[in-house]
Amino acid sequence: MNRLNKLFATKNNNLLSIYYTAGYPELDTTVDIALALEKAGADFLEIGFPYSDPVADGPTIQHSSQQALDNGMTLNLLFEQLKDLRKRVTIPILLMGYVNPIVQFGVERFCKKAAEAGIDGVIVPDLPMYEYETLYAGFFKDNNLSNIFLVTPQTSADRIRKIDELSNSFIYLLSSSSITGGNLDVSDSIEDYYKRIKAMQLKNPTIIGFGIADNATFKKACEYANGAIVGSKFVKLLEQENYLNKIPAFISSIKPSL
Amino acid sequence: MKYGVNDQGYYGDFGGAYVPEMLYPNVEELRQKYLSIINDADFKAEFDLLLKDYVGRPSPLYYAKRYSEKYGANIFLKREDLNHTGSHKINNAIGQILLAQRLGKKRIIAETGAGQHGVATATVCALKGIECVVYMGEVDMARQAPNVSRMKMLGAKVVPARSGSKTLKDATNEALRDWIANPVDTHYIIGSVVGPYPYPDMVARFQSIISLEAKKQLLEHTGKELPEYVMACVGGGSNAMGMFYHFLDDESVKLIAVEAAGKGVNSGHSAATTFLGREGVLHGSRTILMQTDDGQVVEPYSISAGLDYPGIGPQHAHLYKINRAQYASVTDDEALQAGLLCCQLEGIIPAIESAHALAQLEKMKFKKDDNVIICLSGRGDKDLDTYIKYFGF
Ligand SMILES: Cc1ncc(COP(=O)(O)O)c(C=O)c1O
Repeated sequence: MNRLNKLFATKNNNLLSIYYTAGYPELDTTVDIALALEKAGADFLEIGFPYSDPVADGPTIQHSSQQALDNGMTLNLLFEQLKDLRKRVTIPILLMGYVNPIVQFGVERFCKKAAEAGIDGVIVPDLPMYEYETLYAGFFKDNNLSNIFLVTPQTSADRIRKIDELSNSFIYLLSSSSITGGNLDVSDSIEDYYKRIKAMQLKNPTIIGFGIADNATFKKACEYANGAIVGSKFVKLLEQENYLNKIPAFISSIKPSL
Repeated sequence: MKYGVNDQGYYGDFGGAYVPEMLYPNVEELRQKYLSIINDADFKAEFDLLLKDYVGRPSPLYYAKRYSEKYGANIFLKREDLNHTGSHKINNAIGQILLAQRLGKKRIIAETGAGQHGVATATVCALKGIECVVYMGEVDMARQAPNVSRMKMLGAKVVPARSGSKTLKDATNEALRDWIANPVDTHYIIGSVVGPYPYPDMVARFQSIISLEAKKQLLEHTGKELPEYVMACVGGGSNAMGMFYHFLDDESVKLIAVEAAGKGVNSGHSAATTFLGREGVLHGSRTILMQTDDGQVVEPYSISAGLDYPGIGPQHAHLYKINRAQYASVTDDEALQAGLLCCQLEGIIPAIESAHALAQLEKMKFKKDDNVIICLSGRGDKDLDTYIKYFGF
């Protein structure tokens, strides 16, 4: 059991997760942002490590990644910053990024370092299931890390079953086939997709991401899943001055009950 | 084929399909259907007919007499520059548009560097009456301006890629993002032997017509099917793979691939991938790419927009690693001089990409009776501005 499993065991609705890019807007505030988000009521976090060619990301996260790289962020530095993470932050945390930086770092070494820092899971959009299963799953298991798979409206039922089998914390449902930073699709076909997933009675909880930007979209997502992830909208907040102080108001605008 | 792709999409350590889930259904559909479609008799008939009547194939294998005298061997040029639209890129574009039609796709996207693949794609879309969007780096739009106009005349929408180095790599990122957002009705016509499996294999098959013809033509010229050397430039590697394809299993044939060294391999302004790169993942496949220690893709440089790419196709990475092909590099200056020499000795203005392969002739040690085939991948019309500025004509 990692922190994610414990969280889902005690709470299974209206979970709010926040994504942000490590090293943006400033190099050294990665853990400060995590702490502020925990205090403001976020249930878990995804910390992105930047990549030069983020093909699944829209302009907002592309920009944050480039800025973070320009600031000097690297995986080595990120793990350095995360050394005292667990002295300050208790909510579950995932790392999110693209496969090439991990391959260069060494997948096994990456998993070890992540576990040492108290990371609970990893999201790597461009790591295929076949390579994960045949080459890397052992490293994830040895380090008690959950690997999170994405599902889109086009993912077949068979594949969703397989993903459910390989997952051990939650499944990331994309609100549409899109890059990050788009609007939430609220068409009938999307409702059908959520209903279809719900009817499958998967063993893993589901969290909806992409296009969640305010209370309305958050509530909508929580009708169909156990929670939702806000990314680009939060990254935009970080462009503002005094962003740390603005985090509580941001979180309560998404999830007012807190 | 000994050097071909395996069932999982790998060439030795390289290949695979490293795509986000959003692209999985598209790539999987292609994987399941591409071989049955391209081996279908009806597809083959239409492909062959278009290559003959529309593209103008077979392209000649030209015995270059004055080159042969100069370099002391029998030098043959495979004239892909004479194809309709001016390069080898049309072979693949024709193949993929016929495939897209059979997949029921209504919209085509493509990336382009030199603009040759963009023009080829815009052309086949016009031919078939299908909507076409081409992504092109802003830097490349400026240095290959005539091709931008050509694409527009042919009815394509050209979208500038403004991220990163604003060249081919970034245009490819933008095309992939478009495909993620339009997964059902759109086919992505990748322009080289790069990208997730099955693209590298599919594009290589469409380009393999180059070596299929060359083998027969060499036999007619010399009474021998196999040359001593086969040479081609490498951006992503499609003209080279097409030129190598039917010689791969003939181990006596030496395969020479020429990368762009830009201002020099160690100048910090280069695109010589096998010299500067390491193994990693780029644009959906495990391959060799230029990157930092931290795994960030390095922005390449070459005067030639078609070679200005930080990776090579996975099959090239494999041929390099196992030493089946030799990888050389040629600087901007060497390529431009070789381009001019080709004009003066043979009356042919080559694309600057192709001029890289020609420049390698200077560095080879041939024996007198060696037969050497060089892929002249494209014509130099698109590069006149660059040539003019360089030589001050
Ligand atoms: C004439 C010509 N040759 C070569 C290339 C390089 O591509 P590839 O390595 O895929 O053949 C290009 C690309 O635009 C080109 O236009």
